[in-house]
This record gives sequence, C-alpha cells and structure tokens, in this order.
Amino acid sequence: MERNLMKGNEALAEAAIRAGCKCFFGYPITPQTELAAYMSKRMHKAGGVFLQAESEIAAINMVLGAASTGVRAMTSSSSPGLSLKSEGISYIAGSDVPAVIINVQRGGPGLGGIQPSQADYWQATKALGHGDFHLLVFAPASVQEMVDMVIKAFDKADEYRMPTMILADGLLGQMMEPVSFPEINANAHDKKIWAANGHCKKREHHIINSLYLKPDELENSVTERFRRYDIIKENETDAELYFTEDCDILLCAFGATARVVKSAVNDARAQGIKAGLFRPKTLWPFPVKEINEASKNAKKLLSVEMSMGQMIDDIKLAINCSKPVEFYGRTGGVIPTPAEVLAEIKKIGGAE
Amino acid sequence: MATTEILLAGFGGQGVLFAGKILAYCGLMDNKELSWLPSYGPEMRGGTANCSVCISDEPIGSPLILAPDILIAMNQPSFDKFITEVKTGGKVFYDSTLIECECNRTDIEMYAIPSSQLADTNELKGGSNIILLGKLIKESNIFTLDTMKKAIEKVVPPSKSHLITNNFKAIEIGMNN
Repeated sequence: MERNLMKGNEALAEAAIRAGCKCFFGYPITPQTELAAYMSKRMHKAGGVFLQAESEIAAINMVLGAASTGVRAMTSSSSPGLSLKSEGISYIAGSDVPAVIINVQRGGPGLGGIQPSQADYWQATKALGHGDFHLLVFAPASVQEMVDMVIKAFDKADEYRMPTMILADGLLGQMMEPVSFPEINANAHDKKIWAANGHCKKREHHIINSLYLKPDELENSVTERFRRYDIIKENETDAELYFTEDCDILLCAFGATARVVKSAVNDARAQGIKAGLFRPKTLWPFPVKEINEASKNAKKLLSVEMSMGQMIDDIKLAINCSKPVEFYGRTGGVIPTPAEVLAEIKKIGGAE
Repeated sequence: MATTEILLAGFGGQGVLFAGKILAYCGLMDNKELSWLPSYGPEMRGGTANCSVCISDEPIGSPLILAPDILIAMNQPSFDKFITEVKTGGKVFYDSTLIECECNRTDIEMYAIPSSQLADTNELKGGSNIILLGKLIKESNIFTLDTMKKAIEKVVPPSKSHLITNNFKAIEIGMNN
C-alpha cells in the first residue's frame, strides 16, 4: 500500500472524506486548524460541503441538521471549542443521530494554551453536555491510527446512531508520519427508517427531536439508549497490551503520552525492570476486560497522562481497586519525557 | 540502524520546517519509520522555530527530540540553546555566517559552513537551509544524494517545480564547501 507523509490533522480530514463524510462544519482553532483548511480545499472536489460557520455553536448545530438527513457529517475543534459545542452534542445524542466529533486537545481550563494536552478526558468520557448520554470515544496514538479510527468512528456512529469522538491532541495533530489509506468498504447502514430526507408524500414524516415532555416517554427513550450502550460496552472496547504478560509494574497511558511511555517501558526493560504498557484505544467504553488481563501479574499500576490524572478513577474502578494505582503527569501543554517516566517507574518501586 | 534524531532550529522564515520535511521525505523514500514534529504557535511568527525529525527502522516512540544525534542550527539563539543537548558522538551543522561558535565540546563533530553567504553569492535566496542539508549528506551517511533529490522532487509542489533545480544546486554547494 502506498505510504504518504501527512500531518495528523490532514490525515483525519482525508480519512473522513474517504469514509464518505459529505458535510464538514467547523470554526478555526489552534492546534486543529489544518484539518479545516484541508477540508476547505478538498471537500468540494469530493462532492461534499465545507462550511466555516460563524461560531462553534453554529457549526455543531449544522452537524445536527445535516446528520438528521442521513448524510455523514463531522465537525472538529480543540478544547475551548468543544466546550462551546457541548450543548449541540447533547442534542445530537438526544436525537439519536450519528456524527463524528474531533477534539485535537490543547491545554486548559479557559483559553489555556495551544500546546498538547489530555485534560479533556473527563469531558469526553463523562460529561460532554447535559443529560444521560455517552459518546463512543477513540484515542489514536499515531497518524495511521487517526486514519483508521476516523473510518471506524463513522461506521460505529451509523451502527449505533450516536455521536462518536476522536480524542487526539496537539502533538498528534501537528506531527507528520507515514500513512496508508485502506480500501474502504463503507458499511451500508439503512437510514431510510429514520432519516429526515424528504418523504415525497410516500411515507410518514420522520421527526428528529430530543424533546419529550412526558417523563415516562423520556425515560423510555433514555433507557433504550442505555441498552445500546450496554451492547457497546460488551463489543467495542479496544486496547493495546505491550509487554504485559510478565510485568511487575503496568503503565497506563493513551494517545501521544502512550508513545512516550512505550519508550520508557523499552528503557526499563533494557535495565531489567519488568514494565508493561496498557494503552486504551477506546476511552468510553473503558477497556475493563483488557486492563484486568494486562494487570493480572502486576504489583502496581502507574497512570501517565498530560493532565492532573483524569484517567486514574477509571483504572481503579476497572480493577476494582485491587492494586495500588500511582500517577505521573504533566499538564498545561508540557509533554512528559521518557526519562521522567523511567525515573517515576524506579521511584515507585519498579526496580525491585 | 537505531533511531537517528535530527533537530533543526532557527528563525521562523529560514526554512527550518521545510528542510525538516525534506529529511522526513528522505525517510519515506528509503522506506524507514519516521516522524516530523514542528514547533507551532507564536514562536513560528518571527521567533525561533524548530523541528524534530526521527528516522528509524523501528516504530517511533516519542517524536519530541530532547537530545539530538544531529543538530542543524541556523541562528545563534538556537545554536546556544541546543549545542549542550547534542548526544556524545553527535554531529552539528551550522551556518557560520550567522553563528559564532563558542563551544569547546570535543565529544561531538562540528561542521561550519557559511550557508547564508553562500546562498547570497550564488543567488539562491533562502537556500541556506538546503545548503546545510548538502553538507549533512556529505558528512554523514544517513541518506544518499539520490534519495535527497527524490525527496526534494516530492516536497516541492508542482506549481513551483522551477525551484527544484535551485534546490539541487544548493545541495551541490553544500556538498562542495
């Protein structure tokens, strides 16, 4: 397969177009802007629509509108922009409409900074908007994975009729790596039964709506959605296990941080320390089975994040607090180094 | 081959990212694993710009370079900032028109080339970065000249293909000085 050299942001855009995305609505923000710029150049040639909205709020509501007609639609932004989109994402979830949302994270809170961060983990996995709902959240760790996960995100969004997210960061968005684009056999999901794309007086109206004034009707709609979430938890978790079979200390990291941690694990192994890496590729649902498999022989776990430790609670819950979970992180746009992580491994007793 | 970590640094506008891109494409041409990571943000707009390029036979871990095997420095602040970080046995290529070397490290190899001046006298405006790459090709065996020529043909957009010969000329000047 031909290898191309692309920035993560550009690869996300190209993969979306190849996956059949027909509508992109966005608003510029560093470090994500190359994605929208690429879309502006390519989308019309691919027979789709690129539109720079007047704000993030407008963009996400355009996604809701476009997706309601059954076409593949997407938006992208970076951390502060995601906060603005949160209301619309809740409406998309409440309307059971498929859409793909990309967050190329930067430091926060507030306007924060523009350097890489993972401090939107809680937002992405716990509360991206009001109400009882989840997004299926993918965490790529390479430009190639950005491509593969965008394609998957569109498929799963259609399959489960829900918003899905790619949670990347500024490092992955800005870096270039070789990528190959797979042949895409777009899974045909029948949208005829719900899409509001014109009834031509041949069928009943399809109504896309998230308003249910009767509590029992709303409860039914939410519980039906949570039955789907149960299926997703059963079938869609994914993780990479690296040197976990005999590890004494299991490091847990996702996205760009996992690359740094992998280097530290290699360095630790070279020094005779039995370290391993658990890398969740889906953040919601959290890979519970996989982390229990990875940690079965470990004495301690160490979560490494570009945040103040937002994944720790999920790790503790997943292993039922059966082992100590330590933390090392940098935040605000600072990227941890392999040497720092190795020092932490030694400090918490990985050298024993 | 273990991973070779190349750090390119200079002022925004000197073509640091472009030179890094050529090295990245060299890796692509040679079927290597590679990563290219730019600094981004305000420092690109007139301040210092730098770019990390990793070339390896193995998948790349962290793409951020802290201790380079090869440093290509295009201005004094970058030279001063990174010269102490170069790995023992590493190589440093720098523009001696703009950089005064006040470094007494003996564990690294230093290659001075007046690339800005050479670019001016040969009417290759903005070609200092590529002249340094020419020097790199001559003094290291990381890539062949042939690979780099192919990379340049790939990086220069078709609308600017008339610049390819200038870039080839700059490489040649770098190799012969």
